[in-house]
Amino acid sequence: MTMIFGIPLQAFLGQLLIGLINGSFYALLSLGLAVIFGLLRVINFAHGAQYMLGAFAAMLLLQYFGINYWFALVLAPVIVGLFGALIERTLLSRLYKLDHLYGLLFTFGLALTIEGTFRYLYGAAGQPYSVPPALAGGTNLGFMFLPIYRGWVVVVSLIACIGTWLLIEKTKLGSYLRAATENPVLVQAFGVNVPMLLTLTYGLGAALAAFAGVLAAPVYQVSPLMGSNIIIVVFAVVVVGGMGSIMGAILTGYMLGIAEGLTKVFYPEASNIVIFVIMAIVLLIRPAGLFGRDA
Amino acid sequence: MTDLIHSTTSAKRTERSATASMTYAIFLAAGLAFLVIAPAFFYPIFLMKLLCFALFACAFNLLLGYTGLLSFGHATFFGGAAYFTAHAVKEWGLTPELGILLGVAGAVVLGLVMGFVAIRRQGIYFAMITLALSQMFYFFCLQAEFTRGEDGIQSVPRGHLFGLIDLSQPTNMYYFVLAVFVIGLLIIWRFINSPFGMILKSIRENEARATSLGYSVARYKLGAFVMSAALAGLAGGVKALVFQFATLTDVTWQMSGEVILMTLLGGIGTLIGPIFGAGLVVTLQNYLATSDFPVTIITGVVFMVCVLLFRRGIIGEFYASRLGRKLGFEHRR
Amino acid sequence: MKPLLQVSNLNAWYGESHVLHGVDMTVGEGETITILGRNGVGKTTTLRTIMGIIRERKGEIRFDGKDMLSVPLHRTAHVGLGFVPEERGIFSTLTVEENLMLPPVVADGGMSIREIYDLFPNLEERRSSPGTKLSGGEQQMLAIARILRTGVRLLVLDEPTEGLAPVIVQRIGEVLKKLKERGMTVLLVEQNFRFASRIADRFYLMDHGRMVADFPVAELPARMDKLHKVLGV
Repeated sequence: MTMIFGIPLQAFLGQLLIGLINGSFYALLSLGLAVIFGLLRVINFAHGAQYMLGAFAAMLLLQYFGINYWFALVLAPVIVGLFGALIERTLLSRLYKLDHLYGLLFTFGLALTIEGTFRYLYGAAGQPYSVPPALAGGTNLGFMFLPIYRGWVVVVSLIACIGTWLLIEKTKLGSYLRAATENPVLVQAFGVNVPMLLTLTYGLGAALAAFAGVLAAPVYQVSPLMGSNIIIVVFAVVVVGGMGSIMGAILTGYMLGIAEGLTKVFYPEASNIVIFVIMAIVLLIRPAGLFGRDA
Repeated sequence: MTDLIHSTTSAKRTERSATASMTYAIFLAAGLAFLVIAPAFFYPIFLMKLLCFALFACAFNLLLGYTGLLSFGHATFFGGAAYFTAHAVKEWGLTPELGILLGVAGAVVLGLVMGFVAIRRQGIYFAMITLALSQMFYFFCLQAEFTRGEDGIQSVPRGHLFGLIDLSQPTNMYYFVLAVFVIGLLIIWRFINSPFGMILKSIRENEARATSLGYSVARYKLGAFVMSAALAGLAGGVKALVFQFATLTDVTWQMSGEVILMTLLGGIGTLIGPIFGAGLVVTLQNYLATSDFPVTIITGVVFMVCVLLFRRGIIGEFYASRLGRKLGFEHRR
Repeated sequence: MKPLLQVSNLNAWYGESHVLHGVDMTVGEGETITILGRNGVGKTTTLRTIMGIIRERKGEIRFDGKDMLSVPLHRTAHVGLGFVPEERGIFSTLTVEENLMLPPVVADGGMSIREIYDLFPNLEERRSSPGTKLSGGEQQMLAIARILRTGVRLLVLDEPTEGLAPVIVQRIGEVLKKLKERGMTVLLVEQNFRFASRIADRFYLMDHGRMVADFPVAELPARMDKLHKVLGV
């Protein structure tokens, strides 16, 4: 058997793949956080809850309406995005004039409420969501066995990340977003409906989180706690990357996912704290984060 | 922009009038008298829990209310100290006061480390960093040997205070906890009214100005952070003795969230607000403990309502109310 | 002349401080008006209040007869007001062309992108560089240029020549003259006397949050001494 650093190649690549998959979710979620933060100056603590809602929406759509994975992949983000937009318009938008910490506290409360409600309704235990038939099974790459669904997750999330990046960097809507991030008042004076833009952005961020949630449903179990478990790690990712750059958020997500996977190979005990350790080191060396522009 | 802490603009306003000091003194005396006779009316264990959380919230408020730093990781100091105290008392046979001191020392070390890393960023980043670091500590506690993982450290003896007073007696234990609570509050009061505390307030109001006046802002922030961690540790250590166990619950991010809620609910930046906040939350939890309705939902909703409608908190609203102003309390925006 | 903008008894506040104390002014269709005044008398505030950026306001602002006080900020441009702020407001994360294309077209009659590039050839050369990589003068051109696309009827300019080299100031003067020929109405705040006297039809003199004098450009020479005293220049 081929060995690498005294570890079977098979196991090494397996963990690398898991790292890449976790990294895909970190990237999708930190991307959404960064977009929301850029414009709204709100750290969306409910991002994890919205990710969980996406997974639950997929599961419930299947259970109650027989709607399959493929439709859920579109429908769940739409539902959660609309829910997010509603919350922004009616409640969150009242807090913009206050200290940014209030936005964090409000979305923290929102996250607790959503999570508590789902725990009350569906219990804390995870429920399975099966891989869609078209993506079931796996393929032998010669050096390792690749479950097709996992490959799909990596590819699709990469596409979603790049798509979001293109939307922000290359489109008219994106130029509104970037400009409003810099100077919302002036953009509004130019005749752009910035309050609507904020609602749209929050909805979009929530939809992105829900999209990640649907992707995650067959990989992890669908559980009310899945969001809060991941969101704190994603916060660390965001601190490492710095929220000034969209591409930075994406790259940091993948990098830290892989770092976590590799730690699992070489020093499993540290695997669930390695991202926090990296965060602390980055803060000591480069407080603004790897891609950070803002202090 | 409205500051998180409703800052007062003129020095005149921050000075309480003589009536207010009078009212304040009467309130404090009444409160203390109530706590002294309270065991006659309430379960001591409930009261002790309340006092522990009240002290924890006051310690947290020392940081948020007087320095403007929102820590999302204070469970680390509360729960960490609980573990250290429980371990020291149970495994090493230390007396309770030494066990608690050791817990506080542990919280100080944790506070130094976390504070050193976290003060490199401000505002929202500070909150996220403290949250991430405390999650790291949670995972450490989950895996470390001495914390006994999911079980926690059970049946911790309360022991004899100074080797003399038997704390397994509920009454003795209660007055011990009350004494610690009062001492803790006195320390906080002394701290925020010291020159150090004044400089912290000026940093909160205008960090750039404090820097230009030559203060090492980072060092003052770290000082406040460690002080707050130490007092949170004091509360945690005492709590370990009250309940005679230390578990993972106390180091979770939910616990960090709870102390924020207590402070927000009672009134950020008011000396006694967090005590009321803690009282409400603890009472609510006790009340709901028997039902299967999850506390999380209520906590979450209260959080949102507070942030949207009730940012001054109970005591802050009282100070700003007509009655509060009549009694001479400063009017806060 | 038909009045395009009518302001009467306008008051405005920054939080608790009362900045405008009853501003009265009229801007006729096609006129170029300059507001003069010392620093801190409320010139910028007047512009920002007319634009609706400052919302704590009382009194009356009418644009082409329409009451502006009830118009939300993001509709101000659609009514026909275009704003070039003092700090220019060029976006660093947008390219020159994106900056140019940012303000939505609100009415017919604006310049085409071709016309704009003909008027400002430098902008075309640097169309894909980040907006803030331009020189100060080019940024000011860009700030004006992007409003010209939108078809607004009133151009509100806050100190367009501040900190710019004389050659650039002259260039901006030419652009404003050209706009005037096209029938654009311009309201500007300006400290540069010579520049203002070349392009303005009428002046308002501002002090302590209200207009204290109003005179056509022909009277400028006669008032020069007094103005120098009032303005302290």
